[in-house]
Amino acid sequence: MRAFANLLDRLAFTPQRNGKLTLLRDFMRDQPDPERGWALAALTGALSFDAAKPAFIRKAIEARMDSALFALSYDYVGDLAETVALVWPAKPGANREPELAEVVDALRTATRAEVQKLLESWLDALDPDGRWALLKLLTGGLRVGVSARLAKQALADLGGVEVSEIEEVWHGQSPPFEDLFTWLEKRSDKPTADAPGRFRPVMLAHAIEDADFAKLDAKDFAAEWKWDGIRVQAVNERGQKKLYSRTGDNIGTSFPDVIDFLNFEGVIDGELLVMRDGAVASFGDLQQRLNRKTADAKLIAKFPAAIRAYDLLLEGETDLRHLPFRERRSRLEAFVGKANSPRIDLSPLQSFSSWEELAALRTDPPEGDPRIAEGLMLKRWDSIYEAGRPKGPWFKWKRDPHLIDAVLMYAQRGHGKRSGFYSDYTFGVWREDSNGDRQLTPVGKAYFGFTDEELKQIDKFVRDNTVDRFGPVRVVKANRDFGLVFEVAFEGLQRSTRHKSGVAMRFPRINRLRWDKPAREADELSTLEKMLDPA
Amino acid sequence: MPKPESVLCPSPAGLYCPPGDFYIDPVRPVARAVITHGHSDHARSGHGSVLATAETLAIMAARYGEDFAGSTEALRYGQTVERDGVEITLVPAGHILGSAQAVVRAKGLTIVVSGDYKRRRDPTCPPFEPVPCDVFVTEATFGIPVFNFPDASDEIARLLKSVAQFPERTHLVGAYALGKAQRIICLLREAGYDKPIYVHGAMQNLNILYERFGIDLGPIEPATVEKGKKKDFAGTIVIAPPSAIDDRWSRRFADPLPAFASGWMRVRARARQRQVELPLVISDHADWSELTATLEEIRPGEVWITHGGEEALLRWCELRGQKARALSLVGYDEDEGEA
Repeated sequence: MRAFANLLDRLAFTPQRNGKLTLLRDFMRDQPDPERGWALAALTGALSFDAAKPAFIRKAIEARMDSALFALSYDYVGDLAETVALVWPAKPGANREPELAEVVDALRTATRAEVQKLLESWLDALDPDGRWALLKLLTGGLRVGVSARLAKQALADLGGVEVSEIEEVWHGQSPPFEDLFTWLEKRSDKPTADAPGRFRPVMLAHAIEDADFAKLDAKDFAAEWKWDGIRVQAVNERGQKKLYSRTGDNIGTSFPDVIDFLNFEGVIDGELLVMRDGAVASFGDLQQRLNRKTADAKLIAKFPAAIRAYDLLLEGETDLRHLPFRERRSRLEAFVGKANSPRIDLSPLQSFSSWEELAALRTDPPEGDPRIAEGLMLKRWDSIYEAGRPKGPWFKWKRDPHLIDAVLMYAQRGHGKRSGFYSDYTFGVWREDSNGDRQLTPVGKAYFGFTDEELKQIDKFVRDNTVDRFGPVRVVKANRDFGLVFEVAFEGLQRSTRHKSGVAMRFPRINRLRWDKPAREADELSTLEKMLDPA
Repeated sequence: MPKPESVLCPSPAGLYCPPGDFYIDPVRPVARAVITHGHSDHARSGHGSVLATAETLAIMAARYGEDFAGSTEALRYGQTVERDGVEITLVPAGHILGSAQAVVRAKGLTIVVSGDYKRRRDPTCPPFEPVPCDVFVTEATFGIPVFNFPDASDEIARLLKSVAQFPERTHLVGAYALGKAQRIICLLREAGYDKPIYVHGAMQNLNILYERFGIDLGPIEPATVEKGKKKDFAGTIVIAPPSAIDDRWSRRFADPLPAFASGWMRVRARARQRQVELPLVISDHADWSELTATLEEIRPGEVWITHGGEEALLRWCELRGQKARALSLVGYDEDEGEA
């Protein structure tokens, strides 16, 4: 565990690709099996646990330390796992430090209650870096900037082979990858690549820019709505039914209602949405199904999930990825028709003859599902299906965001990279109260959209203009004559009973700082109400 | 028993002793000053008279010139002088070369002003000596429970491993020019590193001063580059003040790998904000466990907390029924400076 923790620590602070490669290669060269294999699995996301919920970790630490001292610590650090790793009372000699392989083994066989006991004894035995690594591993958030691609390159460096050779066999391997290492160390032959039901890396789009249109011919492109769900890959291959997220996480167990109706042989690329009677529901509805390990009948009935298909990667046993989009699309239409699944429909193409015509459609989508689409997708008719984000074949053309001017009301210290700075902002707009006075009412919260330099300026403004505090929250001076105005951009607005203002923003971010704008000229709540999404 | 505030009280210029008419570590020029150690937020120039250890006086002279005060008086550790019926004794604080706690005795009361201190071994200065007292005035730079530092030798081992792993890069270690830099050099020597260590120009005078006081730093070279010889520094360790690391100065080296030796490096976000690639958690201040262990060991009648994380330390005292108050003195670095 110690070597793994040191590796994570170094990786997290090493920005250069070459530096990361050296660290990974040396680690895999120096560490024994199966330790290095489990580490590789953890780094590439092939291993994820949710054995320890944040609530449990909090409870465990609060049993060991004064809650006021913990609160001060957490407020300072801004990350639960890191705070606990740092403040956990050391018990030198309590236990032997666990190896990564032991942790993995225990997690696979132990019950939840047993795991919690084990976790506490591991935390007792580890040092702060080890505790941090363990907690990050158990809460499923390593985030040290290692992509699967980078890890594969390090393996290639280790064995002196091309990275394409690693990719070819990768999906046939499973943790702790002993066959892979024995091959790379020239102690055995190359392992097999055959793995039915495996994930195929997805193709992504670039955002289109205004200048691009002049260079592109409308007749080379197909257009369809950009659905506001999550990207999924639905697989049914030789009896293996899988539902993958775009990063290759298997999310099938959360969506048994979809898995049950993958009545085809092949691989579909599409959008996972909540759909009722063929009509798409808002992203808020889909959120009720995300990040849940399982789904019961009641939840499924209330928020039924389905796939809107837009590409076909595998038809039966035939790989279609080298075929142009035009060909894949016509095969997809026949494929979806033949499957006739109640949980799969087709993302319709939009016909258009000029960019102007398409722009008009994007600005004013017709009634129904397109009204809550995020915008349009443009795909070259001749594009092959290429993993990654190649420049040129696919574009996303999002709807312009809504913009409002709002006044900063409350600020809280940020988490992660921005801990220590006041970087979480609650902002409000004006509303007339019962006396006819204009009062600010909070309408949203934003954490990003500003540069590091702007963050420092806002942080200073918050510190200089704090008028009150509630725990970690600072109340910032804001009235008709004084206040900091943010231009806030957001994607959509829904009615909400949880917010006092009655509205909830989707994806709000700070678009611009309006140091120049007087607070009294910020927007009114009535302006926002006109922007509400169609229910 | 008289009120301790009649012997020592906070004032805008710093802690003031009315019966002895002197300040401890005043932040603006005063007639009579007692200085605990040479860091610039504690030791300022322009006082009428200064009482400090010989090492601290030498450091002040090196930084501000020989005429940094009207007059000076050097005190050995353990030696006592009297000022208008007030006894002053300096005892080791373990912070940096020459650092001392100021022990003030008057009207039957003993007040210890720790200055900055640590409890860990430091090859460049004698260890902190606990003194029984009525009031212990403690710093609290790292007075939050998250600050528990590893052994400095483990951190040095990480540095040396990285040097071996990335021989094509220059390891650029940010360390405060007074105290931290020399301690890092000594720790590297203890770990068996005997190659020349390259230092920024701002450190050379202080290194010479340390050697004069008997601290052996081994082969030290200036980190200056002749034209076109950038690659010369690949595989070496260069020590520079933190401000020079992200400055144009650092561009002279082969693919520099920025490291930073500071207690603040214990928190990841702090290291990321400074774009440090190799955070080394090495501090000359007491961490949370040292602060609390020291209070338990001394068990003073009262604890006064000067600068840093006073909120958490006050809470800790409250939980133990230890009488305590925060002085909220201004002018001492709580941040990146000398920690």
